Amino acid sequence: MLNINNLKAAINGKPILKGINLVLNAGEVHALMGPNGSGKSTLAAILAGREFAKVLEGTVSYMGKDLLEMPPEERSREGIFLGFQYPTEIPGVSMVNFMKTAVNEHRKHRGLEPLSASDFLRIMREKKELVEIDSKLASRSVNEGYSGGEKKKNEIFQMAMLEPRLAILDETDSGLDIDALRIVANGINKLRQPDRAVLVITHYQRLLDYIIPDVVHVLYDGRIVKSGDRDLALELEEKGYDWIKKEADKSKVYE
Amino acid sequence: MAAEGRKEYNVAVKERLRVWRQIPETEKYQEMEKNQDQILNEVTSGEYKYGFYSDIEIEKIPKGLNENTVRIISEKKGEPGWLLEFRLKAFRHWQTMKMPTWANLTIPEIDYQDIVYYAAPKQSKPAGSNDEIDPELKRTFDRLGIPLEEQNHLAGIVVDAVMDSVSVKTTFRETLAEAGIIFCSFSDAVKDYPDLVRKHMGTVVPYSDNFFAALNSAVFSDGSFCYIPKGVRCPMELSTYFRINAANTGQFERTLIIADEDSYVSYLEGCTAPRRDENQLHAAIVEIITEKNAEVKYSTVQNWYPGDREGRGGIFNFVTKRGLCRGENSKISWTQVETGSAITWKYPSCILRGDNSSGEFYSVAVTNNHQQADTGTKMIHIGKNTRSIIVSKGISAGFSQNSYRGLVKVHRKASGARNFSQCDSLLLGDKCGAHTFPYLEVDNLSAIVEHEATTSKIGEDQIFYCNQRGISTEDAIGLIVNGYAKEIINKLPMEFAVEAQKLLQISLEGSVG
Repeated sequence: MLNINNLKAAINGKPILKGINLVLNAGEVHALMGPNGSGKSTLAAILAGREFAKVLEGTVSYMGKDLLEMPPEERSREGIFLGFQYPTEIPGVSMVNFMKTAVNEHRKHRGLEPLSASDFLRIMREKKELVEIDSKLASRSVNEGYSGGEKKKNEIFQMAMLEPRLAILDETDSGLDIDALRIVANGINKLRQPDRAVLVITHYQRLLDYIIPDVVHVLYDGRIVKSGDRDLALELEEKGYDWIKKEADKSKVYE
Repeated sequence: MAAEGRKEYNVAVKERLRVWRQIPETEKYQEMEKNQDQILNEVTSGEYKYGFYSDIEIEKIPKGLNENTVRIISEKKGEPGWLLEFRLKAFRHWQTMKMPTWANLTIPEIDYQDIVYYAAPKQSKPAGSNDEIDPELKRTFDRLGIPLEEQNHLAGIVVDAVMDSVSVKTTFRETLAEAGIIFCSFSDAVKDYPDLVRKHMGTVVPYSDNFFAALNSAVFSDGSFCYIPKGVRCPMELSTYFRINAANTGQFERTLIIADEDSYVSYLEGCTAPRRDENQLHAAIVEIITEKNAEVKYSTVQNWYPGDREGRGGIFNFVTKRGLCRGENSKISWTQVETGSAITWKYPSCILRGDNSSGEFYSVAVTNNHQQADTGTKMIHIGKNTRSIIVSKGISAGFSQNSYRGLVKVHRKASGARNFSQCDSLLLGDKCGAHTFPYLEVDNLSAIVEHEATTSKIGEDQIFYCNQRGISTEDAIGLIVNGYAKEIINKLPMEFAVEAQKLLQISLEGSVG
């Protein structure tokens, strides 16, 4: 589904990604871990089409298409969803209005009629239950005045509404208390499907107690320095990132 | 009209209000969103969609302005002597005045001798009669979405249609008359209710008030007149639709609304004009008087031709609107959505003379390309315990300049006066300007006056967030701007709210990128 090949990118001339290779297939859940500043969020931003990072080299193909050529709204309509680390507040725009516009844009892209108001509200009610979200949310402005937990639940709720092929969840677990973490993780698990791939970006292994990944990657200094199964995450939890850093730095010397 | 019938009307109004208030916010939205696809189509396809010209045979007087022009207009309208005297006094006063220069506007010189002051579509039958009106005229108003046949019209709305200098049709006149409500063109009112007109005209906006008020008082042609008798809540929305059609012609209309004790009326005003490279002048006066316990809600969707992208053409809109809360507990509420005109100079105001009276001003002013707007309000607190609210939202895009100018004046006798003002500006792009000029004059120590102001830009992160959910940048701006203006749009009657939402989006078309 997603094939990242030797991706290099810089922000303000400073290299951040130094050659990422990653293949994500339908039905798989990959976890991307790594210390602060290793480039995790930059990779997420580039995949979603945010322009602050400049791609220098490499290719990204998504469903056989050149992803980097598509404008961000096109990527969304083609099924790429980004769960934001810091969801943006949009005062005055109600969640129901926002989501309805988004869902109908997706439908239009697929050649479908827009949903009627009643169908839309019904679907919205169903999906809200998935993340145990307050039903008053619909009439509130997008993310405005939401608590940290509500914002993250709201991201997963939107993911449920838009039914993406590829979901990239950027530190969806940060700022969550134990209960909220469980709810969000359960929501994500319910959205696991054979035709859907998920890339979970996180610092901590605790999210992976709930969401069992097929593959774990460790990103360090702009490269994926280690990939493994779930046990890799557990090892990281135990030993920290230092041994990975050392290993990576050592291999760099020999390069 | 029998008291019974009146009661029925009041019940009908209450029912409408009750139903509207019961609709939850989210559903009001759905209602508004019904036409979303249509809106999008209009956004992508359309610039100014009312820019067409109707080829109607018109009767014009020659260009130029002198005492004789004033006499000709008065004669054409078959006016009584006192009105001609009023006009002439105004004209002589105007000649001593200079155009005001205090507004934050760059106004090209206007040659007042190069304007036609009277142009009327030729009609075989007099306006206001029940007979068929000119089919071409009817077609024009149909294209504007204002059908003049009563059976075709939006439920619950009465229309007075004014083209250039005359009213072409007032619908439902008879129905309203049964409730004792008078709603007709200003010209008809002068003929049919001369005492009412003479008693009130110029009492809120005297001809000497300002340069444009004096000009209007001298050459005004038509407009609407409305009188709501004691104890009557008008069951329908009254509306006047103003259309400029003829070239090189100014429109100078006058509206007078009188709400007697314990009465209520909601009044709407819409305006459009053809697309032309020359500027055209529009200088109107609106006067409102509310007696004890009466309430008038006045809503405007102003969409005069704004000029093209390079700033060529467009209407110069110089308007004096003022309401007098004469009786105690009376209320006047102005709501305006200003998207059109090359230049807007307009300050709908309230004089709160009655004790416990209240004034409201809710405004959204959008400027794009090279438009300029200097708009706001004046709240003059004279009576005790008078209250006023000002909520102004300016949206500037392109190379436009958008200014809020407002005065809150508390008279020394106005104990317990209360005002709250909120002025927000939203900027799209970095070539436009937003300005706020609040004036406070408080002469009573018991007054509480508050002013809040914010300036914001649409954030790149907000747009990206929308993009990431599949919403294009243009639509994202539409969503955000409509969200920003929602507080005001919600004050409009439903039919207008939908229209206004579309307008906001269309007006800002091409403002990004």
